[in-house]
Amino acid sequence: MRDREITGYHAVAWKEPIVYQLARKGRRGYAVPAVEEEIKASIGDVLSLIPDKMRRKALPNLPELSEPEVVRHYIRLSQQTYGVDSGIHIHGTCSMKYSPKVNESLARSPKIADIHPLQEVETVQGILEIMYELQKWLCELSGMDEFSLQPRGGAHAVFSNARIIRAYHKLNGELEQRNEIITTVLSHPCNGGSPAAVGFKVVTLYPDEETGYPDIEALKSTVSKRTAGLMITDPYDTGVFDSNIEEYIKIIHEVGGLVAIDQANANCILSRLRIGDVGADLCHFNLHKTFSTPHGSTGPGSAAIGVKRELGKFLPVPIVGFDGEKYYLDYDKPYSIGRVGGFYGVIPNVLKAYAWIMTIGAEGLEETSEVAVMNNNYLIRKLLEVRGVSLPWDKSHPFRLQEARFSLEKMKEETGIGIADVNRRIVDYGLQDMETSHEPWIVPEPFTPEPPETTPKEDLDRIVEIFHRISQEAYTNPEIIKTAPHNAAISKIDRTPSSDPKKWAMTWRAYLKKIGGDEK
Amino acid sequence: MPVNPYIPNSDPEIKKQMLKEIGVTRVEELFADIPERIRFRKRLELQSPKSEYEVRRYIEGILSRNKTCGELTSFLGAGCWPHYVPAVCDEINSRSEFVTAYAGDVYSDLGRYQALFEFQSMIGDLIAMDIVSYPWYDWGNVCGDAARMATMITDRHELLIPRTISPDRLSVIRAHCEGLADVKLVNNDPESGQLGLEDLKSKISKKTAAIYIENPTYLGFIETRGEEISEVAHSYGALSIVGVEPLSLGFLTPPGEYGADIVCGEGQPLGMHMYFGGALLGFLACRDVERFVSAMPHRLISITTTEQKGEWGFTYVLPERTMFAAREKARSFTGTATALWAITAAVYLSLLGPQGIRELAEVIMQKSHYAIKRISEIRDIRVPIFKSPHFEEFTVNFNGTGKTVSEVNKALLEHGIIGGKDITMEFPELGETGLYCVTEIHSKADIDKLAAALQEAVQ
Repeated sequence: MRDREITGYHAVAWKEPIVYQLARKGRRGYAVPAVEEEIKASIGDVLSLIPDKMRRKALPNLPELSEPEVVRHYIRLSQQTYGVDSGIHIHGTCSMKYSPKVNESLARSPKIADIHPLQEVETVQGILEIMYELQKWLCELSGMDEFSLQPRGGAHAVFSNARIIRAYHKLNGELEQRNEIITTVLSHPCNGGSPAAVGFKVVTLYPDEETGYPDIEALKSTVSKRTAGLMITDPYDTGVFDSNIEEYIKIIHEVGGLVAIDQANANCILSRLRIGDVGADLCHFNLHKTFSTPHGSTGPGSAAIGVKRELGKFLPVPIVGFDGEKYYLDYDKPYSIGRVGGFYGVIPNVLKAYAWIMTIGAEGLEETSEVAVMNNNYLIRKLLEVRGVSLPWDKSHPFRLQEARFSLEKMKEETGIGIADVNRRIVDYGLQDMETSHEPWIVPEPFTPEPPETTPKEDLDRIVEIFHRISQEAYTNPEIIKTAPHNAAISKIDRTPSSDPKKWAMTWRAYLKKIGGDEK
Repeated sequence: MPVNPYIPNSDPEIKKQMLKEIGVTRVEELFADIPERIRFRKRLELQSPKSEYEVRRYIEGILSRNKTCGELTSFLGAGCWPHYVPAVCDEINSRSEFVTAYAGDVYSDLGRYQALFEFQSMIGDLIAMDIVSYPWYDWGNVCGDAARMATMITDRHELLIPRTISPDRLSVIRAHCEGLADVKLVNNDPESGQLGLEDLKSKISKKTAAIYIENPTYLGFIETRGEEISEVAHSYGALSIVGVEPLSLGFLTPPGEYGADIVCGEGQPLGMHMYFGGALLGFLACRDVERFVSAMPHRLISITTTEQKGEWGFTYVLPERTMFAAREKARSFTGTATALWAITAAVYLSLLGPQGIRELAEVIMQKSHYAIKRISEIRDIRVPIFKSPHFEEFTVNFNGTGKTVSEVNKALLEHGIIGGKDITMEFPELGETGLYCVTEIHSKADIDKLAAALQEAVQ
């Protein structure tokens, strides 16, 4: 690897002030549409209609800037943000794939941006057709019978599925008794958090040391008449596929519970495994991971939930139906859990996912999972050659699916350099910092790279070379890592406001009150 | 199969080389973890791959069947409002860095953190609250969060909500509170629409976690007794939660100044296109009290400093409180949010500034009141039903005309006009009623056209 491909990076460092600091009294960035004189004359002073108590006394303290200043400020902030398009992106658990630009361009058409959710259905047949078709395609991809596009993200989808499980037991008159959801600690945190938010007691199983997932006996001894359901992620963020899944489903069904599988990591199983066929009752896909809708700097995401036919009556309303001639919003679900959000879901993402599936087609979906898994295993082979890097459960699972959870435990023991340090240093080499692990850390000093199918081999080789260099630094010159970053937009951050109520300031007004404006 | 343009390593030569390095001969070996008997071995019933051109042409064909609010003249609002989106908003939210980034730390994503801190800050100034959280899905969901927070903070399990709330939003709130809090509806004064203080006082007790009100209300009028309502709440040790539409705060007293403990609202009007209701942006705020901050379900970005003078840094506050770390103990959930829209809202608010938002709010109110005046000239139509000041939305009642809202809307559509939302089913007690929305995008000619078409429709 040539040296210039590895070093020489420096982030854009504007030392950009906060937007309030750029303001100058009297400036304007937007001219408000005028009101016709006839209107003014006709209605007079409307503000006098508002009682004095409800009339704002002082203008809100928003910054005053001209349009060019606003544009420059936010362009600079965008330059200091590291997107998938900016460089090598291997943030695990997120399938940070490149998204075709045509999808973005289509989603910005006024034909979708400028329609209102309450228009007569005759005037929105286009978008309804797209929603209907996507519902159908997701059924085909998952082996489920019905889909709702309403949830906004993975945690929302799991929340919605937990509510369906609740509604199911309620209808059967068993809700009082069935108040436990079983999950596994390596499942995404929402598999515990969301059912708890619905009011379930959550029981968490831990992985077996050999296999990386709970053994059958652990589940058997946990299930009872109190079991409402099992909510787990499969494949896990360790890249391990929990091959007990069939057996789990059987055990849960035998005690009368339902099974919901979090399919946020489905990128590696597209066209190879359909969780509905395996027997799951509910599942969800993250359109912003598997189906290539860009992540938007953390949203808007979109997470569709799929269920078996007998649970269809509980789905959030409306879903989109088709009567053979026209598409319509179907509210006819008397047992529906109701709405889980405003209107019908994150529509631009629905369109982008639809366009992506259409573009790559059935063969492309198979190619996606094949190359994603190949990329990952190539990276695993190469990273395991790096001093200080290990892969827990490598004996039982030498090959992984979409990603792998490594450990820097050995490096930490031998050099004092752990993942927090490496994650700061890696930025100096022009990579984004890596996903470590969701809490709790079962793997010590974890990191979880996921190279999706859109990562070229050359980038994988660069990642490996960067790891070798950082490892070498750890063993020979740890100081450079401890004081990192050196090539980022800013230097090491003072994290004390994270836990100090006297210092934290989530708004500029709070900052001015607590710390004052003179410091800068 | 040809080499896929989005999958660089789909070239068979590269594949061969990579598999060799991995030490397998066939890619199938890498899927060994998945038991054969559960593998899907059929071909998916989906189409074959298409070129970019074919996809564009096909999808544009489908989309052409939508009639946009630009092609028609729409008076729909009801939670998704038509406003002009300055070109700068689209310019910034099309920046590929913002579009394609996700969850990097501050060292990679400094700009994203700063833009979101600025979003939190500007919302804070608009509503007069010191703590504003990371953006969230939509008004209904942040309202559900607010209710959940109130039960945690007070350890009480009853919520009082005005009967005039949007039934859809109420459904989302109930979804969040099922098994956690009982929702009780408070009646409104039939003349003014205002929350009934007597009914409120008869329903509130030491079991009440919070009273929730909205400003402006779903039915468009301004709740003028925010301060009294907050005082009633506080006198029982309950919290005051206020939901707001943000542009109205150009001239309305911010909830932070009439006793609100928690504030939520919908940010879609701040630079987001309507997207068939698919570009919503919830915001959530609370007082700067540790107990409140600990109950916040979402990420919170604090400003901080770095080792170098002149640099701003950002850091998450109390990360251990959220579901990410606390899992089921958080008793709430969070995750992928609505950051791209929040960045857009920050752009929008910095363009408008204090004067701009004040003027915009006034323009909206002038136009909506002109519409009220014009429609009220039509015989047998009652507009608005409630004798209270209104902002951009108002009720139009057709009972006196003998026509249904549905009939009226059909007649309007023939003139290229989309009438207000039919709320007859949502509020049967109001009779045949439509909820109309007029904003800065409506010209006098649009409003006059609506009045003339309504006149014709009810004759």
